[in-house]
Amino acid sequence: MLKVNEINVNYGNIRALKGVSLDVNEGEIVTLIGANGAGKSTLLKTLSGLLKPKEGTIEYLGKSIAGKPAQTIVKAGISHVPEGRRVFANMTVEENLELGAYLRNDSAGIRQDFAKVYELFPRLEERKKQLSGTLSGGEQQMLAMGRALMARPKLLLLDEPSMGLAPLLVQTIFRIIEEINRDGTTILLVEQNAHMALSIANRAYVVETGKIVISGTAEELQASEEVKMAYLGGH
Amino acid sequence: MEWIQQLVNGISLGSIYALIALGYTMVYGIIKLINFAHGEVFMIGAFIGFYAIGGWGLSFVPALLLAMAVCAIIGVVIERVAYKRLRNATRIAALITAIGVSLFIQYGVIYIRGAQPEAYPNVLPSKTFEIFGVNISSQSLLILSVSIILMIILQFIVHRTKMGKAMRAVSFDAEAARLMGINVDRTISFTFAIGSALAGAAGVIFGTYYTKIDPLMGVIPGLKAFVAAVLGGIGIIPGAMVGGLVLGVVETVVSAFGYSLWRDAAAFIILILILIFKPSGLFGKNTREKV
Ligand SMILES: Nc1ncnc2c1ncn2[C@@H]1O[C@H](COP(=O)(O)OP(=O)(O)OP(=O)(O)O)[C@@H](O)[C@H]1O
Ligand SMILES: [Mg+2]
Repeated sequence: MLKVNEINVNYGNIRALKGVSLDVNEGEIVTLIGANGAGKSTLLKTLSGLLKPKEGTIEYLGKSIAGKPAQTIVKAGISHVPEGRRVFANMTVEENLELGAYLRNDSAGIRQDFAKVYELFPRLEERKKQLSGTLSGGEQQMLAMGRALMARPKLLLLDEPSMGLAPLLVQTIFRIIEEINRDGTTILLVEQNAHMALSIANRAYVVETGKIVISGTAEELQASEEVKMAYLGGH
Repeated sequence: MEWIQQLVNGISLGSIYALIALGYTMVYGIIKLINFAHGEVFMIGAFIGFYAIGGWGLSFVPALLLAMAVCAIIGVVIERVAYKRLRNATRIAALITAIGVSLFIQYGVIYIRGAQPEAYPNVLPSKTFEIFGVNISSQSLLILSVSIILMIILQFIVHRTKMGKAMRAVSFDAEAARLMGINVDRTISFTFAIGSALAGAAGVIFGTYYTKIDPLMGVIPGLKAFVAAVLGGIGIIPGAMVGGLVLGVVETVVSAFGYSLWRDAAAFIILILILIFKPSGLFGKNTREKV
């Protein structure tokens, strides 16, 4: 479904991604793990059109999307839940969700998806008139995910959804990610919490200083000594 | 009862400041630029209204709508030509450009039609009503109603329409807005169009009310509207409305007490006080970035 081939991405003169290649197949959960500053968010931003690759190609459903504007990519079915949630704090929960459906005109379908999102995250329905800036961190994460789902994506990019959440909530979020995947949405998940990410993923990539250094199935990575040492706390 | 009349005059003047201040605050909200050419858009609006009424014989409302439409286009052109490429430049570069655009428009208009002032044609019926012993001119009432209607329409656009929601989203977090599929460039253009249309309307209203216009007329009301925007909290739409009204009333009260020479100074004293004591403005949170 998604084929990234040898992309280089720069911030000014600093090269943040160096020849990164990866694939995501339809229906999968693929996770991308790596330390702070490895380039995980940079990769997601390049996929969603916030950054343009200097070299390399990105193919999605057979079409090149490298360097295309973000709205074209959202329209094509890729939604990105950014690191740190980035909800519109000055707007209500409901307005945030409406913005998620910004490019759609099928009001019946939008209503359906509102119902679906509220079913997935009942907390959001209870708080739909509340300003999203006053939500708790966990609720904001739910809102950011719900907002992305309102675009009815085929591929969902999630950047550190567990960041700053209590363990119980992390479990809930990961359960919901699996549920979204079961409903037919392909997922590319960036995580620091490698343990949790590998437990739900089909395949995984490890990024270090702008390069993919290890890739394989989730089981292979869970078993790999190198990954255990560096990302799974050494047991 | 004299003071109620003064209050009405103050509110009329204030609603003109408010209309201009809205453009400052909306543009600042979305691209963090103080658009110093905004006063000139107001001036152009006044001249379009002048030619439309005096030259082509339009009545008040069509002239107002025409001035708003032309100013909307001018606002969009200014952004596209002068500001767009500076979006990632330093603030000082953008500010200097804005001042350049402002001077360019002032002297462009002088070059085209000369610097002589014009007397605005009288389009509105000038009756005086007596309400509870207070004399209120029909002009003040009409101006006030037009301003209020425009502000209600603005509130509707900003809160109820898709474009308005996109505007709020972009001004809060442009990158997150792009992830929703919002076209940021188009949203910025739309913001300039709306803000400039309001300034154009203010120009026609100003002309009808104060009857004299000239190519440099935008400078002082422009600065005062900027003060009004800062007073209300720059970037905050209801703040601009309240800031404009407060400023208009304060100026009128200062004149009414016989200190009319201090009228213009009052605005700048307010600016200094607000920058010292509450730089985020009446409606701003104190954590906001300072101007
Ligand atoms: N806007 C920017 N300008 C310049 N350099 C940047 C910018 N954003 C990121 N970088 C640099 O690019 C590199 C990769 O950053 P990135 O945010 O992609 O890392 P990450 O893997 O997401 O890290 P984290 O886990 O901390 O979120 C880092 O060295 C970072 O300093
Ligand atoms: Mg990151």
